[in-house]
Amino acid sequence: MKYIEEFQDPDLARRLLDDIHATVTRPWALMEVCGGQTHTIIRHGIDQLLPEQVELIHGPGCPVCVTPLEVIDKALEIASRPDVVFCSFGDMLRVPGTGRDLFQVRSEGGDVRVVYSPLDALRIAQENPKRQVVFFGIGFETTAPPNAMTVHQAKKLGIPNFSMLVSHVRVPPAIEAIMRSPSCRVQGFLAAGHVCSVMGVREYPELAARHRVPIVVTGFEPLDILEGVRRAVRQLERGEHTVDNAYARAVRPEGNPAALAMLEDVFEVTDRAWRGIGVIPDSGWRLSARYRDFDAEHRFSVSGINTREPAECRSGEVLQGLLKPHECEAFGTLCTPRSPLGATMVSSEGACAAYYLYRRLELGTVPAAKTAKTAASAPLEASPVV
Amino acid sequence: MCLAVPGRVLDIGEKDGTRMATVDFGGVQKEVCLEYLPDLQVGEYAIVHVGFALQRLDEESAKQTLELFAQLGMLQEEFGDPWEQAAAVGGDPWPFTDDPDSDPAPAPALAAPQEEVQP
Ligand code: SF4
Repeated sequence: MKYIEEFQDPDLARRLLDDIHATVTRPWALMEVCGGQTHTIIRHGIDQLLPEQVELIHGPGCPVCVTPLEVIDKALEIASRPDVVFCSFGDMLRVPGTGRDLFQVRSEGGDVRVVYSPLDALRIAQENPKRQVVFFGIGFETTAPPNAMTVHQAKKLGIPNFSMLVSHVRVPPAIEAIMRSPSCRVQGFLAAGHVCSVMGVREYPELAARHRVPIVVTGFEPLDILEGVRRAVRQLERGEHTVDNAYARAVRPEGNPAALAMLEDVFEVTDRAWRGIGVIPDSGWRLSARYRDFDAEHRFSVSGINTREPAECRSGEVLQGLLKPHECEAFGTLCTPRSPLGATMVSSEGACAAYYLYRRLELGTVPAAKTAKTAASAPLEASPVV
Repeated sequence: MCLAVPGRVLDIGEKDGTRMATVDFGGVQKEVCLEYLPDLQVGEYAIVHVGFALQRLDEESAKQTLELFAQLGMLQEEFGDPWEQAAAVGGDPWPFTDDPDSDPAPAPALAAPQEEVQP
């Protein structure tokens, strides 16, 4: 398919890799912010093809994983109500709340439905005027415009039985928090391409300059990732730290103006707790006062929530790039996608899930250090199309 | 969920006063809202996420990027060591062990990591 297969070409990948090998002279640690990129990297074994000096640290870019436990518990509470149809993207079904998940709520009789688009939830509300229809609005800047448009439509069309439980997160404050952390090892960022398709790049030059880190806007196909790494390494080797757009086919510097205007109208910036990490100032969006009537937290008073995380789960460290998933004691033993302890094991973008899906056999049989150069023969050809 | 994928616009219409399109993703077709890309045309490609077209895909810059990738290494091919390149093509060990003035370690710059042959 156009724009996918071309960016998986093994010959071009080889050229990019050769260039990176030829450029690098010292160790560098790069963080890919987006969970979609983490999956591309692990699935195609890109980290194993890179020179040993280049380390990829997986960042907190999985919105499902960072949605605070308290919000998950609220969702479970609302979804259990008999008058509610609770609509969500599929990846939320198995995300563990305190003691249960949405899948379980459904098996206990709750009306939980998976939708492809938030507009589907709005349609369900139109078709079921006697039921309360609640959509679970989570995600980064990529998902925020679709959700914003849906709330805007609900108001415009006057659909009183629709509301949204909003827990949106923003990437730049997370980069700021990572750079400020005393244990931070990150020297350069691969910024999430689709976030920038919406937001443009205007939020990044200041971050890059202040923290003296290159920020390379990067796409999601294997060649995109390699090009992001190549450009970041090149900057680091030269002592530069600028914002560079390696995903020009889908990112304009100004982003998408219509989407930005809608975000401005529907949401307002707020502090947000990130699961496993803690509160990051200004790192979230909530519905603005104009849309309060469509805010599920406002509509349903949910109280008496006591959150509890399993003590074994170290997803907070995984999300901050301090720990690789397989270094967690529970990985693949106590914690599997079937019985996850943390959200990073179930989300399609979670780092623990990526390692479980693509690395578990290898990790089980070969010591981690040895896998680096042995298991990577032609992974680009072997991989299925996204 | 965060995945956004490129798709091609097949046709454009309206629903509830909203501009909507049918978009093809390599055989799978979906209804997609065009409110954020109102001037997207039939035949164009866009990045689509949860039923919304978020950004037009620019064919010209896609081509340029691929061409840039294809150019990489051209200089090395032009001015690099032909023995080393010939060895890499056939997957043979190089430099030859009986070659008195050859460097004992293979030069790493051009050799692909998994193709390196360790003696
Ligand atoms: S492997 Fe499981 S328990 Fe360990 S950090 Fe990941 S999600 Fe948590």
